[in-house]
Amino acid sequence: MITPTETTGTAAEAQPDPTPAVAPKKIEGRSPGRIAWDRLKRDKVALGGGIVVILLILAAIFAPVLTSLFGHPVDQPHPDQINPDLGLPKGAFGGISSNYLLGVDPTFGRDVFSRIVYGAQISLTVAFLAAGVSVVIGVLMGVTAGYFGGWVDAVISRVMDVLLAFPQLLFSIALVSVMPDSLLGLSGSGVRMGILVMVIGFFGWPYIGRIVRGQAMSMREREFVDAARSLGAGSVHILLRELLPNLVAPILVYTTLIIPTNILSEAALSFLGAGVKPPTPSWGQMLSDATKIYTVDPTYMVVPGMAIFITVLAFNLFGDGLRDALDPKGN
Amino acid sequence: MLVYFTRRLINVVAMLLVVSAVTFGIFFMVPKLTGSDPALLYVGKIADKVAIEGIRHKMGLDKSIIEQYFLFLKGLFVGRDYSTGVDVTHCSAPCFGYSFKTEQEVWPLLLDRLGVTASLAAGAAVLWLVFGTATGVVSALKRRTLLDRFTMTTALAGVSLPIYFTGMISIAIFVHQLGWFPNNYVALTTDPVAWFQNLALPWITLAFLYAATYARLTRATLLEVLGEDYIRTARAKGLGERTVIGKHAMRSTLTPILTVFGMDLGGLIGGAVLTETTYNFRGLGYEAVAAISSSDLPVIMGVTMFAGFFIILANLLVDVLYAVVDPRVRLA
Repeated sequence: MITPTETTGTAAEAQPDPTPAVAPKKIEGRSPGRIAWDRLKRDKVALGGGIVVILLILAAIFAPVLTSLFGHPVDQPHPDQINPDLGLPKGAFGGISSNYLLGVDPTFGRDVFSRIVYGAQISLTVAFLAAGVSVVIGVLMGVTAGYFGGWVDAVISRVMDVLLAFPQLLFSIALVSVMPDSLLGLSGSGVRMGILVMVIGFFGWPYIGRIVRGQAMSMREREFVDAARSLGAGSVHILLRELLPNLVAPILVYTTLIIPTNILSEAALSFLGAGVKPPTPSWGQMLSDATKIYTVDPTYMVVPGMAIFITVLAFNLFGDGLRDALDPKGN
Repeated sequence: MLVYFTRRLINVVAMLLVVSAVTFGIFFMVPKLTGSDPALLYVGKIADKVAIEGIRHKMGLDKSIIEQYFLFLKGLFVGRDYSTGVDVTHCSAPCFGYSFKTEQEVWPLLLDRLGVTASLAAGAAVLWLVFGTATGVVSALKRRTLLDRFTMTTALAGVSLPIYFTGMISIAIFVHQLGWFPNNYVALTTDPVAWFQNLALPWITLAFLYAATYARLTRATLLEVLGEDYIRTARAKGLGERTVIGKHAMRSTLTPILTVFGMDLGGLIGGAVLTETTYNFRGLGYEAVAAISSSDLPVIMGVTMFAGFFIILANLLVDVLYAVVDPRVRLA
């Protein structure tokens, strides 16, 4: 690929240091990726967000290990922890104790810690996959619209306008509720997760599409595209090899910023009863269960609420920091 | 200006048609594909074959999906007659059909619920627009001070909080613990004071969420605008800081905010689903969720189209305002 001088690409991190043993104070050429990384390292808040994100991902991956170490099996009821008259946990603060780190849920007495950890699995899987769907469609459509212009651009832009005009949340709950319980060989919570990924991902792509379209539009006028074309490169080559690598930075930033939005969407859909089906745990569904009892037992509402808040905040902090770090105008 | 306006209007009609066709297609096709019968939903499970056939004929469900869609469109504009062959029920325009569950007309129901949602959205919108932009401006002008850091951290936290969580916390504290606010919707026309008291808490909760977004957006845009050459020119020719910020910088800062505001307000009027569910206000969003859980297709269709209509209308208003403010828009 031919690289424009002020590229914000990230391809350079992997480059070995060309001058390993030189005297200090020598002027060093730093790649854009290196500059961004140095900036990001200085941003303590963003770094903190990034660390929390990594911890959350690890917690979701090692959910079985975590629950066997610090909790109880995710669906195991503990009727002895529940006051049979009220259906609420016996202990104070939702039954929090050294044995039940975040208490037990009402009615069944299941370990809230285990359900939060497994809920993270659902939440993050749906959010990441949906972000993947949005990015793939959004980038393809955006680059195509921006590069070709004309009627192609008109059609794609109209489609994006229509999608943005849809009452998304309403539409998503309705769509999820009319979908069948088994689809394409999947069954159980897999189907619901698949549908959630498709629905959230599908409504998310116009946001990325618009940004990529704008970038591609301004970039196709640049000299390096002319250069590639005069060397005989075809449209596909220019799109994939010339434009796309230069769009990595904005795509990366918007991907990290679309993930928290997706987490909120998944939680909202689950809250409204259109998420994964019980007994599979999800944060939104726990909050929805909590609506019936939170005035007497607020702990069961606070725990999943805080889980959503911390996760979304961490992603937002990291995404903001990444955007500032990759912004060539920043200082 | 007139040409621009006409073009936008045609665009709006086209968008509405597409939104309605897609909504109709999905909500009437998917049950067909998955093997559930809308006619069965209508009459209930115990009905005999003759009754089901009767309903199917009366509601036009025996026609092809395209024909059904055109009947639906016709109903919207000129009204529609439902005939069993013996008796005829007339549904006057705009006819969104009848609820499967209550057998009530959908349109009056929508209008009735709109009052709740519009009250909720309008009050919150005023709050968040004023406080959100004001916070953003102050934050941008006092950039990198403690105040800026504090407000921006709060705003980021606000963006990361789901409304049903903050809603529940606010109800638990201010309604149940402190007893400062009642929590039952009362119509404005019935009792304006009670209307205000009951809506105050949802307004604040909803506005906090949106104000956070607006504060961040205002700050970012204003900072970018303040770096423009024309601001330096304005300062260089000796204008006071008030004029530079208030007249020159704010004008271009408000444009992107107006866009987002149009979309947000339109979306909210179309159904503040989560807020209404949390506060138990029977608005459009609440009605939609109820309709979805009982597979009441005509009501779902009605609310979705209604909501789409408001989003598109809000966008149109924003575009027209743009064209008034910025001559480049109408010439483009």
